[in-house]
Amino acid sequence: MRGVIAAVLLAAAVPASAQTFAIVNGIVAKGDGSEPIPGGTVVVRNGRVVAAGAGVRVPAGAQVIDATGKWVTPGIIAGFSRLGLSEVDLSADGSDDTGNNGPFSAAIDVVPSINPLNSTVAVNRADGVTRAIVAPVAGKSIFAGQGAVIDTGADMDPVTSPRKFQFVELGETGKDKAGGSRSSAHALFRNALREAAELRRYAAPISAARGDTPDERERPVIRNPNESRIYGPDARRSEDVLLTRFDAAALVPVLQGRQYLLVHVERASDILQVLALKRDFPALKIVLVGASEGWTVADRIARAGVPVIASAVNDLPASFEQLAATQSNVGRMRAAGVNVSIGLIDDNDTRYVFEERQYAGNLVALTKIPGATGVSWGDALAMITSKPAQAIGLGGELGSLAPGRRADLVIWSGDPLEGSSAAEQVYIDGIRQPLDTHQTRLRDRYRYLPRRDLPEAYRH
Amino acid sequence: MRLGGVCAAALALGACASMQPKPKPAAPIRINEDPYPSTYERYPGVPTFIRGATIFDGDGHRLERGDILIADGVVKAVEPNLMAPEGATVIDGTGKWVTPGIIDIHSHLGDYPSPGVQALSDGNEATSPARPEVWAEHSVWPQDPGFSRALINGGVTTLQVLPGSANLFGGRSVVLKNVPARTTQGMKFPGAPYGLKMACGENPKRVYGSKGNMPQTRMGNIAYARAVWIKAQAYKRKWDKYYRNGGDMPERDLAMETLKGVLDGKILIHNHCYRADEMAIMIDMSKEFGYKIAAFHHAVESYKIADILAREGICSAMWADWYGFKMEAYDAIKENIPFVHNSGACAIVHSDDPNGIQRLNQEAAKALADGRRAGINISEEVAWEWLSRNPAKALGILDKTGTLAVGKMADVVLWNGDPFSDYSRPERVWIDGAEMYDANNPKKRPVSDFELGQPGEGDVK
Repeated sequence: MRGVIAAVLLAAAVPASAQTFAIVNGIVAKGDGSEPIPGGTVVVRNGRVVAAGAGVRVPAGAQVIDATGKWVTPGIIAGFSRLGLSEVDLSADGSDDTGNNGPFSAAIDVVPSINPLNSTVAVNRADGVTRAIVAPVAGKSIFAGQGAVIDTGADMDPVTSPRKFQFVELGETGKDKAGGSRSSAHALFRNALREAAELRRYAAPISAARGDTPDERERPVIRNPNESRIYGPDARRSEDVLLTRFDAAALVPVLQGRQYLLVHVERASDILQVLALKRDFPALKIVLVGASEGWTVADRIARAGVPVIASAVNDLPASFEQLAATQSNVGRMRAAGVNVSIGLIDDNDTRYVFEERQYAGNLVALTKIPGATGVSWGDALAMITSKPAQAIGLGGELGSLAPGRRADLVIWSGDPLEGSSAAEQVYIDGIRQPLDTHQTRLRDRYRYLPRRDLPEAYRH
Repeated sequence: MRLGGVCAAALALGACASMQPKPKPAAPIRINEDPYPSTYERYPGVPTFIRGATIFDGDGHRLERGDILIADGVVKAVEPNLMAPEGATVIDGTGKWVTPGIIDIHSHLGDYPSPGVQALSDGNEATSPARPEVWAEHSVWPQDPGFSRALINGGVTTLQVLPGSANLFGGRSVVLKNVPARTTQGMKFPGAPYGLKMACGENPKRVYGSKGNMPQTRMGNIAYARAVWIKAQAYKRKWDKYYRNGGDMPERDLAMETLKGVLDGKILIHNHCYRADEMAIMIDMSKEFGYKIAAFHHAVESYKIADILAREGICSAMWADWYGFKMEAYDAIKENIPFVHNSGACAIVHSDDPNGIQRLNQEAAKALADGRRAGINISEEVAWEWLSRNPAKALGILDKTGTLAVGKMADVVLWNGDPFSDYSRPERVWIDGAEMYDANNPKKRPVSDFELGQPGEGDVK
C-alpha cells in the first residue's frame, strides 16, 4: 500500500498541466440532473473538465481512454459524513477521532483529525467516492465545530476546503447537549451568536491590531478569512459570557454569513424553528441536515431557499423526532422545489459513504410505487454529486462534468446507481487513483484455500 | 380406611406384609417444552395464479415465463404453461419476478424496536455472561413498526429474532411469521425449533470485562462457556436418568433446560462470531460437549476457513459489505458471501438491522456481482438460495418454507422487476397464501398500533 501511495505522490509531482486526456464512447452522465448520454466523451486538461457530452471533439495529442460499455460520471460526493475520522469505530483505542469531550466547541476544526491513510478513505475511493463533506461530532455543546470538504485521493493532502461550515445540533441531540430541552438549545444558540457579535464589535480590526502587536512573529499567519485567529488576543468582552473566547470568535464568520451553518434537525417543528432563525439573523447561510420530516413542511423549506442534506431512505420512526419518516421524503421535498442532496447522517457515517449510490437508486425505484414520490435518475445522481457541492457553495468547483470543474471522474462497470456496479477507474483532479485496499489484498490472499508450500502469510 | 380394608383383605390371603413389592418410583413427568405455544393461524387467501413471471424457485432453478398457483395456504404448482383453475385470481406476471419470501435469520425487530428508546430496549439481558434462561419472544413488542417495513420494502416473510450479543449465552431466539398480531405468540412460526444465541469475541469480554468480571479476555470467554457446558452435561444426565427411571423430579433450572435442549439436538445454536480463528475454537467446543452449530452469524472471516465450514456443515450468515466498525470486523471483504458459497459451504445474507432487512435482495446483488468480478460465476437463481433456502435450512424449517416446492407454505413475493436490482421492489407479498401486501392497495399494508394517529400514519414508507 505504501508503495502504491508513493507512486501516486510521484505521479502528482508531474505537472498535471501537461496532461490532457479524453474518455470516449462511454455512457456519460454529467451529474447536473440531466439524463445519461450514450456515446459521450469527456475531455480533461490540467486536472479540470474541458467538455463533456455528445459530439465533443477529442483534442489532438490527448491520451484516449476507451469506455465502451461503461458509464462515466463525476465522482460521488458524500453530502454529510465523518469520513477520514475513524479507522475502527469500537474498542480500537486510538484509531477513532470522533470523540469530542474537550473544553472547546465551535472553535474545533475537524482538519487535524482527518487521516487520508485511513482504510475507510481507500475503501470509499475504490467505490467511486471522490469527495466528502466531513463534520466533527458534537461533544458537550450543541456546536460540534467547523467541518471541511476533503478528497479521497491517495496522497497526503486531503483537504479541499477547510473550515467550510459550522455544524450545530438543534434537534434531539441538541436538546440533550443543552440540558434537556430544545428551548435551552435555542437559548444557547442565540446567546452564542450574541457573544460572537459582541466580540466582533469589540475586536480590533486587523490593521489596527497589527500596530498594537509588539512582535509580528507572535501573530498567526492568516490565509483564510474564516480563520477565527484573526480576532486578536486583545479583543475585549463583557463579563456575561458562556463561550470561551476561541469558540465565540469561531462563530463570527457564521454570523456574518461567510461560513455555512449546517444544522441537524429531523422533526418538522424543529425545521421551522431553524427557518425562523434566518429571520432573526438574516446573514446566516443555513443548510438543514437530516430533516426526516421535511416533506411535511417542504413548501416552507423551499420558500426559505434553504438547502437540505437528507438521509436517503430512512423510513422508520427510529426516534420521536422521526415519526413521519418515509423514503419519499427526498422526492417530496424535491417536488416542492427544495434543493436536496443525500448524506449519511449519524448512520455509519465514518465508513459507508459508498452506499449512497445504492440509496440513490432506491429513490429512483420509488417512481414505480403508487403513492410514493421518487426522483428521476438524473436527479438521483445529482443528489450524490453536484447537489451537495452546491449546498455549501462549491458547485462551481465540484460535482459535475461542466467545463472548468475539477476532474473527479469515475468509469463504472455499469449503471452507477446499481450497487452491483463497480468503479473501474477513479480520477481525482484528473489524477488516476489506485483502487487497492486492505480488503482487496485479503481477497487475493484467500481466493484459493488449498494448502501450499508456505502459510497464507507468505502470499503478498 | 379403604387402604386398611384392602390390606385386611390381603392379610386374609396371607400376603399383605411379606408379598408387598418395593414401592415403584413415580413415573417421570415430562416438562412441557412448549409452554408459550404459537397461536398463529394463517389468514384466508384466495387461490392465486401468477402467469408468465420469471420465477426463482429457491432451489436454484429459474423459470422464464413461468406460472405459479398458490391455494389453501400452500404452493400448488410451479411450471411453465399451467392452466388457471376456475375462480382463481389471475395476475399477469409479465416482466415481473416471483421468488420465495425472504427469510432474515438475524433480526432484532421487536426486541430493539423503533422508536429506539430506553423503555423499549429489550435485547440484551446483560446481567451475566450466561443467560440461556431468557427467551427473546418475551421481549418482542409485536407493535414494532419495523416489521411492516421488512414486509413491504424487503419482501421478508419469516425472520428469526435473537437476543443481543452481550452475553456468551444470550438466550433463546424465536422464529416469527412476518404477519402482524396482537401477541408475539400470534406471530410464532408453528413448529419452528428454538435457537440459542451464543457469542464469541469482543462483545462479551467488553461488557463484562469493563465491569471487572469474567470474561475479560477471549480465553475467559471460552473458559466461562466450557464451565457452563459442563454444568449442562451434568444437568442433562440427571434429567435423562429421571426420564428413564422416574422417581423424585430434579429441581428445574431454566438456564440449564435450554442448554439441555441444545445437547438433546432440539435447540439450534446460532453463534455470533466474526473471526476465523474464533469460529474454529467454537467448532472444537461444540465437539467437546456434543452439540452442533447451525450457523455462525456476522461471520465476516468465513472466507478464510470456508473449506472447514463446508466440511463441518455449518452455515455462515453474512453482510455484503459491512466492515471495520469494530476490530473483529476489520478483515471483512466484499467477496465473503460468494467465496463461502464457492467452497461448497452454506451462505446466508442477513441483516441484524431494521434498515438492512428492507433490502437484503440488494445486498445479495452486491455480493453476487463482487463474486463474479473475482471470477466466481453464480447465477441469480442460485444466489437466491442465500435469501430463503439456506436461512430456512439453518432455522430447521426448510421442510415448511424457503423454496417454492409444491406443498410448502405459500410464502411468496411478486417483485416489480429483477430483485437483484436497486430499482426493484416487492409489488405483492403472500404469507401462507394470504395476501399481506399489495403496492396498489393502501388497505393491504400493515400499520402498527404505534403509528395510528401519528404523523405519516399509513403513508407509503
